[in-house]
Amino acid sequence: MVARSGPARERRLARARHRAAGRRSPLVLLVLLVLPLAASCGEGGQGGQGGPSALAPAGFGARRVAGLWWLLFGISAGVVVVVTVLLLWALARRRGPDVKVRTGQGNRLVVVLGVAVPAAILTLVYAVGLRDLEALSDPKDPGELVVEVTGHQWWWEVRYPENGAVTANEIHVPVGRTVHLRLRTADVNHSFWVPQLAPKTDLVAGRVNDMWVRAERPGAYRGQCAEYCGTQHARMAFEVVAQRPEEFASWLAGQARPAPPPADARAAAGRKVLESSSCASCHTVRGTSAAGRVGPDLTHLAGRRYLGAGTVPNTPGWLGGWISDSQTVKPGNLMPPQPLGPVELRALIAYLETLH
Amino acid sequence: MDIEVDDKVDDEVDDEVDRRGVPHAEAANDAAERLAGARVAARWPESHGLRGWFTTVDHKRIGRRYMVTAALYFVLAGLDALVMRTQLAVPDAKVVSPAAYDQLFTVHGTAMIFLFATPMLFGFGNFLFPLMLGTRDMAFPRLNAFGYWVFAAAGVLMFSSLLFRAAPNGGWFAYVPLTGPAYSPGANLDVYSLGLLFLGVSTTAGAINFISTALKLRAPGMALNRVPVFVWALVVTSFMVVFALPPLNVANALLFLDRRFGTKFFQPAGGGDAVLWQHLFWLFGHPDVYIIVLPALGIVSAVVPVFARRPIAAYNLIVLATVATGIISFGVWVHHMFAVGLPQLSLTFFSAASIVITIPAGIQMFSWLATLLMGRLVVGVPLMWVAGFIVLFVLGGVTGVMFAVVAFDQQVTDSYFVVAHFHYVLVGGAVFPIVAGLFHWWPKFTGRMTSERAGRWSFWTSFAGFNLAFFPMHVSGLLGMPRRVYTFSSGLGWDAWNLLSTVGAYVFGVGLLIALGTFVHSLRRGRPAPPDPWGGDTLEWATASPPKPYNFAVVPAVHSLHPLWDRRSLASFTEGGRAEDRVLAGGHEVLRTTELDGEAERALEMPEDSVVPLVAAATLFVAVLALLLGGGAVAVVAAAVFAVTIAWWLWPWDRPSGGRTGPEEREPAAAGGTGGGPA
Repeated sequence: MVARSGPARERRLARARHRAAGRRSPLVLLVLLVLPLAASCGEGGQGGQGGPSALAPAGFGARRVAGLWWLLFGISAGVVVVVTVLLLWALARRRGPDVKVRTGQGNRLVVVLGVAVPAAILTLVYAVGLRDLEALSDPKDPGELVVEVTGHQWWWEVRYPENGAVTANEIHVPVGRTVHLRLRTADVNHSFWVPQLAPKTDLVAGRVNDMWVRAERPGAYRGQCAEYCGTQHARMAFEVVAQRPEEFASWLAGQARPAPPPADARAAAGRKVLESSSCASCHTVRGTSAAGRVGPDLTHLAGRRYLGAGTVPNTPGWLGGWISDSQTVKPGNLMPPQPLGPVELRALIAYLETLH
Repeated sequence: MDIEVDDKVDDEVDDEVDRRGVPHAEAANDAAERLAGARVAARWPESHGLRGWFTTVDHKRIGRRYMVTAALYFVLAGLDALVMRTQLAVPDAKVVSPAAYDQLFTVHGTAMIFLFATPMLFGFGNFLFPLMLGTRDMAFPRLNAFGYWVFAAAGVLMFSSLLFRAAPNGGWFAYVPLTGPAYSPGANLDVYSLGLLFLGVSTTAGAINFISTALKLRAPGMALNRVPVFVWALVVTSFMVVFALPPLNVANALLFLDRRFGTKFFQPAGGGDAVLWQHLFWLFGHPDVYIIVLPALGIVSAVVPVFARRPIAAYNLIVLATVATGIISFGVWVHHMFAVGLPQLSLTFFSAASIVITIPAGIQMFSWLATLLMGRLVVGVPLMWVAGFIVLFVLGGVTGVMFAVVAFDQQVTDSYFVVAHFHYVLVGGAVFPIVAGLFHWWPKFTGRMTSERAGRWSFWTSFAGFNLAFFPMHVSGLLGMPRRVYTFSSGLGWDAWNLLSTVGAYVFGVGLLIALGTFVHSLRRGRPAPPDPWGGDTLEWATASPPKPYNFAVVPAVHSLHPLWDRRSLASFTEGGRAEDRVLAGGHEVLRTTELDGEAERALEMPEDSVVPLVAAATLFVAVLALLLGGGAVAVVAAAVFAVTIAWWLWPWDRPSGGRTGPEEREPAAAGGTGGGPA
C-alpha cells in the first residue's frame, strides 16, 4: 500500500490550481479557433468558386434548404455560444480555495436550460422542417417534364420518354419548368445529388424513386453520386444543364435524332471500326448497327462536355486515351482497354467527334 | 446487517469530509486492510507467469487488457485515417489505389465503432464496475475472460484481412446489393459479416455481465439511487446491446447466406428487398451511437463531481435522461434513411423522435454545467479533456438536430457534412471522455501518476488538431463533397478545406501521440500513485492503486451517492472489518445483494482462474475461420469442440473445497462450504 500524507496531496492540488490559473489564455484560443471557422461556413454562400455549393442555390428545393440552413446555423451558433460561455465562466471564475461550493441540487437550472428552452426551440425547428418537407414533395404540376435517370456502376443513363431521346451523364432541363425525375438503378444503390438544385434522393435496387426539381436560372450544375457504390464512386459525376425553354426544345429534338451519316472517308472508316470492333457489343449509336446496352449511348457523344461520368474533359486527346485504356484514367471501371491500331483509333475518334 | 436505507442523497454529504483532499479514503482502506487484508488475500491468490496470463479471470486484468487491445486497434484504425487524409490532401492524388482506399475507410469505420469504442468502454466498465460497486469481481468472471479473447481474435481477423487485400470494402454499413455476391465476389464482405457475428458474441456476453453485476453485486446499502452515473450509463448501454445486436446479427447472418448459399433475402431480382438490410442495420446502428456515447458520458459524470469538489447536480434527472436516451434511441433509426424514398408520413414521425432525443442530451449537458457552476474547480488534466468534450459534443449535437430536419438531412447526408457531424459526436463525445477517463483513473489502473504538463500539452494539441481536421469538413460537405470518395477534382472549391483537414488530422495525431507518450512515460517513470489522488467520491478510490486482487478487504456499506464523502460510509470499512459477513474470508467470495435496495442476501463463491474461456474462444475462432475459408468440415468439427468445451465449462463439477450446496439459504457469514457459484 502506498499511502501519501494529506499535506502532500494538498500541495499537489494547489499546484494544479496554480498552473491551471496561468493557463487561461489557451481557453481564449478555443474561441478564436472556432469562431473564424464558423464564419467561414458562410463563404460557401458566395458560390464556392463555381463549385457545387448547396449554399449557392439555383433551384427551388436547394433554395428552400439553404434558407433552412441559415436558420439552423443561427440557432446552433447561439446554443454553442451560450454553452461555451457558461463553461468558460465556470472554468475562469470558480476555482481557488476561497470559492464557496454551493450544495444545491441544481434541478431548476437543469430543467429550465436543459428541458424547457430546448423544447421550445426544437418545436420551432420541427415546425419549420415540416413546412420545408412539404415544399419538396410532389408539386402536382401537370406541365412537368419527365426524365428517367438510371444509375449504373459508374455512370448515369438519361432518357426522355417525351420523344425517346437518350443520353448519359448530362441532363438538360428547361429553366422554370418542373422536372420529374424517375430514379432507378441497374445494379447497386446510388444517390442523385445536385446540391445547387435540390436535396438528394437515393436510387434503390428494386424500386423507383421520384423527385422534382425546378431550375431557376440557366447554367451547368454539377451533380455526383452520393451513395457509396463501389470502386469508382468518386468518379460518378454528371451535370444538369439548365437552358432557356427554346434552347432546351431544340437540344431535345436533336438528341432524339439518329447519328448523322459520316461526312468523309475517315469518319466512315471510323464508323466501320465502331460497328466491327467490340465497341458495338456494349454501346449504342442510333443509326448504326452498334446497339449494345451495357455502356452509355454514344449517339450524340460529341455534344457532351465530359467523358467517363465527369472524369475528364471531352477532347479528342482524352477520348483517344479513354478508348485505348480507360483503366489508367478511371481504374476499375467496366470498360476494358481496346487493342486498336493507331489508324483505326484515329478514324474512330474522327467519327465520334462528328456525333453532335 | 445493519444498513439504514436513507433516501436523502446529496444532503448526506458531509462538508468536512474529504472535499479538501484529506485522505479519509486512504485511512478507511488502511483500516480495512489491517483488520482483514491478510485473511482475504489468502482466498484471492494471484496467478503469475504465462499460465496466469492465459487463465486469469480477474476483472482488473481483463479490463486493462480490453483497454490496451482496444487502444492498439484505435492506433491501427487511426493510421488508416491518416493514409486516407494523405490521399485527400490534394486533388487527384495517387497515394493509394481506389480499391485500397475503399478497404481503408471501411476498416477505419468498422474498427473504430466495433473494435475500439465499445471494447474500450467495456474495458473501463470491467475494471471499474466491481470497484465502484464495492465488490470483488464481475458476476461471471469466466464469461468475462471469454468475451475478451473473442474480441481480441475478431480484431486480429479484421486487421489481418487488410494484409491479404481481403478487408471489408462496402463501407461500415455495408449496403446491399453492393455487398451481395454479384457485386462483391471476394472474401471481403465475408470477413465483415462473420467477423461482426463473432464479435457480437463477445459484446453480448459483456453486456449480460454488466447487467448482472450491477444488479446483484452492489455493496450493501447501495440502493439504486446511490449507484454512480457511470454504472447507470453502462447498464443502460448493456440493455441496449442486448436489444440492438439481434437485428445486426440477423442482417449479417442473412447476408452470409445470400453470399454463400444463394439465398435471396436482399436480392430484389430474386424477390428479396435491398431496403430490408438498411432497416435491420440502422435498427442496430442508431442505438449503437448511444451504446458508444452513453458510457462515455458516464465517464464525464464521474470526472466532473471530483474536479468540481461537489456532488453531481440533478442526479435523478441525469439518470432518467440516460434511461430515456436508451429507450428513444430505438425509435430514430430511419433518420439514416431519409433519402431512401420512404413515405413522408413515416419521415415526419422519425424526424420528431430524432428531435426529442436531444432533450435528454440537453439535461446531461446542463447537469454538468450546473455542477461546474456551483462547484470549486480544480482544473486538472481530466477536467480539461472534459471541458473539450463539452464544446465538441455541443457542436456535434447541434448538427445532429439539423439531421433530424428531413429536408436539410436530404441535402447533406452522405456528404462530408455528416462526416464532420459524427466525428464531433463520436470523437468529441467518446474519445475525449475516454482520454479524460484514462487520465482520471490511470493512477488506479497502474499505480502511477501521469505528468500534468504533458497531459495539458496533449489536450491542447489534440483539441486544436481535432477542430482543424473536422470543422472544415462541415464546409466541404456544404460545398457538395460526397463522403467515401477516394479522390476529387480541383476547381470545385474543395481543395483548401481538404488540405486543412489533412493538416489537422496530423496535428490531432501528434496530440494523441503525446497522450500515449505521457502514459508510457508514467508506466516507466511515473510517481507511485496514492489510493485517492484526486479526493474522489466513489468507492474505487478506497482501494490500493492498483487494487489488490480482492479489491476490498472489507465490503463497505454505502450510505449515500458519494460514499467517500460521507462519514458513515467511510466508517463502514472499520465496522465491517469486525463482521464476518462483510469480510467474507471463508472462501473466494463476494456478497450478493438485492436488485433494488442493495440489501445483503448471501455470500457467493466465485469461480477461480481457468483456461476454459481461452479454449472456448479459440475453438469458436477456428470455426469462424474455417467457415470464412470454406472449410465446412473443419467448421463443423470446431463447432463440436466448442460445444463440448461449453458443456465442460457449465458442468456442475464438485469443487474440492466442499460439496455443492443448495443454491440458496446459506448464511452469508458461514465459513467453509461453497455455493454453486456462477461461472
